[in-house]
Amino acid sequence: MQPRHTLTILVILVALSAALFLFYQLPGGAVAYILERRAIKLAALIVTAVAIAISTSIFQTVSGNRILTPSILGLDTLYLLVQTLLMFLLGAKSLAMMGRISDFLLSVAVMIVFSLALFSLLFGKHTMPLTMVLFLGMVFGQLFGALASFFQLLIDPNEFLTVQARMFASFNSVNTALLFSSSVIVAAIACALVFFLDILDVLSLGRESAITLGVDHRRASRLFLIIVAILTAIATALVGPVTFLGLLVVSLARQIAPTYRHSIILPTSCLLSMLFLIVGQLLFERIFHFNTPISIIINFAGGIYLLSHLILRGTV
Amino acid sequence: MITINHATKRYGSRSVVNDVSLSIGEGTLTTLIGANGAGKSTLLSLVGRLLEGEGEFLLEGKRIDRYPSTELAKRLSMLRQSNHITVRLTVAELVGFGRFPYSRSRLTAADRRIVSEAIEAMDLTNLSGKYLDQLSGGERQRASIAMIIAQDTKYILLDEPLNNLDMAHSVHIMKLLRTLVDERGKTVILVLHDINFASCYSDAIIAMKDGTLVYHAPTDDVITPDALQQIYGMEIPVCEHRGRRFCLYHL
Amino acid sequence: MPFVNDQRYREDFMHRYILLTLVVIFSLASLSLGVISFEETTMHILVQSRLPRTISILISGMSLATAGAIMQLLTSNRFVTPTTGSTTEWAKLGLLIILIWTPQASVVTKTLFSFAFGFAGTISFLFIIKRIKLKEATLVPLVGIIYGNIIASIATYLGYQHDLIQSIQSWTQGTFALILKGRYEVLYLSIPCLIVAMLYANRFTLISMGREISISLGVRYQATLYVGLLIVSTISALVLVTVGVIPFIGLVVPNMVTLYRGENLEQNITTIALLGGLFLLACDIISRLVLHPFEIPISVTASIIGCLLFILLIVGRRRHAA
Repeated sequence: MQPRHTLTILVILVALSAALFLFYQLPGGAVAYILERRAIKLAALIVTAVAIAISTSIFQTVSGNRILTPSILGLDTLYLLVQTLLMFLLGAKSLAMMGRISDFLLSVAVMIVFSLALFSLLFGKHTMPLTMVLFLGMVFGQLFGALASFFQLLIDPNEFLTVQARMFASFNSVNTALLFSSSVIVAAIACALVFFLDILDVLSLGRESAITLGVDHRRASRLFLIIVAILTAIATALVGPVTFLGLLVVSLARQIAPTYRHSIILPTSCLLSMLFLIVGQLLFERIFHFNTPISIIINFAGGIYLLSHLILRGTV
Repeated sequence: MITINHATKRYGSRSVVNDVSLSIGEGTLTTLIGANGAGKSTLLSLVGRLLEGEGEFLLEGKRIDRYPSTELAKRLSMLRQSNHITVRLTVAELVGFGRFPYSRSRLTAADRRIVSEAIEAMDLTNLSGKYLDQLSGGERQRASIAMIIAQDTKYILLDEPLNNLDMAHSVHIMKLLRTLVDERGKTVILVLHDINFASCYSDAIIAMKDGTLVYHAPTDDVITPDALQQIYGMEIPVCEHRGRRFCLYHL
Repeated sequence: MPFVNDQRYREDFMHRYILLTLVVIFSLASLSLGVISFEETTMHILVQSRLPRTISILISGMSLATAGAIMQLLTSNRFVTPTTGSTTEWAKLGLLIILIWTPQASVVTKTLFSFAFGFAGTISFLFIIKRIKLKEATLVPLVGIIYGNIIASIATYLGYQHDLIQSIQSWTQGTFALILKGRYEVLYLSIPCLIVAMLYANRFTLISMGREISISLGVRYQATLYVGLLIVSTISALVLVTVGVIPFIGLVVPNMVTLYRGENLEQNITTIALLGGLFLLACDIISRLVLHPFEIPISVTASIIGCLLFILLIVGRRRHAA
């Protein structure tokens, strides 16, 4: 199937699911209020979906590997750790005064530093084989999680409830200020990327080919990694760690639109990502009336897909 | 003209390239030879800025690291190993990337013409629509070389381009490179481990041993038993055939 | 025992002596630590709480390290452990299911169920690994983690359904704080497992070299594989039911030893076991001292220290190789 046709079909599917999400099972009264709340949730879902899809695609291109994702490398647990630390060091009141935006920015800064450090292991002066970087990332992910648990123990239980609300933000309680600024950032990044799509294509040829063809590999990679860190922070801030969504979505995108062109891969994965999140949330809110966190369904479905993919293909 | 001043590359305490200085003139085909580990590929990679090391590397009088990336890519191209590409590309698409420094992804009619010529020159016309993972190692090698040709730079650096290629294609490429130098005035620098190809087609030979420069001279001055003994540590008889020298080291 | 290299034999012996001495010292230290100070400790407290605690730490450490080493040989992969090979998640699922079914199940029943699931799960994991013609070795533990994640999602889902999320959380955070006489004795079953492991050590090493080599050297491949799996699943279940999940021991300790001593399990198994016990004792002491008199769950301490050690390990390997 032509990539263009695939994209069109996906757009239609996403539009349909969005419409369903907004209008299905509308209760009798307070329609305007419900619609507003649903619209906000929908916006959060879309922003998160785009952030995850773009960050994973770019990350895989830059690192030259289809197994890696930002979350496998522990970036999202790092975010949680920074949040916990901030709470520990500043206490709930000062944190509230500091405002979500500033603590978000601080978390992003830390994540950027960490990503660049890990990245220098892949391409810097002293390279490590991919195996090691992967494990180092997973180990760091565990370490950050453990440290976060440790600091949680030290935090006053009352204050902790505030942290918890932030840490396990679900789509049920979206912070509108954060959502607004996130949307702006994600939209800005998406627009800027349009100019860099062909550089991403060249990067996917590998470091040596990229350098030969005149792309400053180091600078380009660094820039893209910074973008990845920002997008991962946004996704984690809005929905918490969703380990396999990125991997699932990008693998699937590559399957249905097998091409090297990022001008196709990026939109396809974004649309797939939106579809999964919207439909997933829809199913579990309206159809099944559960309050199971959506991350569970995604990890489950994503895991099954990945496993069968690995069994059938021997590689990602 | 490429000038190398005091090139050195160290890994820990080991020097793979040790204080090498030389100049390569324009419009020539030069080959680097030497035993395994002599430092030939490393030296070439230093020039092609795929590795970082100590020393000064000048392209037409200007330091290579002072050239903006795109400008450099229009003057100098390099190919090392070609088989790392795992992206789903057709031959035509890969070769098309060779025009990236000039047109990014918007190929003009002129670009397309250059791309087809490069594909034809590498005998890949009937494979141009196939995906890289459907090709054999030799075909992929030729596709990568075609990309370099499409890049159409004045200076071409190739590290062991004849790997994976059968005899017919090896000869074909050497002849092509010779044509590029003689008819288009390009400067080609190769690393080859087959000294006979080096002897047949080069204007000059650079010989390295244990990281140091042992010879940099016209071909016939280097392809002699004494020089070869020094370079390879082997007794290598040399004979002549159709005006060229051949090394018979096999016995 | 035929040792080719006499000097190494002597070195190993010395290492084991040192480790043994350290273990004894740390055990005594562990016994003397507690909420109540050393002077006021009565025999009663010692017998009811301290001694069981120290013993279970020692046994858990030794058996988890050994289980990790065995798992690595069975899968021929340095990074597969009960935790990264989905065994732990299966064991948790088993435990959850028996709790849903019979909330008042005895420790023995719980362990049996947990073990059964762990065993079945690990077999399915090995089956998947053999089926996948993996192009890269990295993918094996990744498959384990993905598989483990799937099972964990099922468990969490069930947990939400039956309001057992708290329990799942408490198993995930292993802790020795609840060990009391009468509640931990099941752990003693690890000791026969360790003994069997020592007897089979050589065979496990051969298995890691592949099916053909093992068979041509006279080892019954399938049977040995199952013995290994039995040991790993039993140990995982036992520790899970009494203590909870303790990450990293199975990963870090065997790798530390194989880095310096190669992968001959028969030679290394005592060192690995002793080092595992030592590691956990040290973690436990730190857990209890840092926020005295409060206690950090051992899984947190083991994670932090284990991670740091693992990173040092990787850096050390590179220096070694270079």
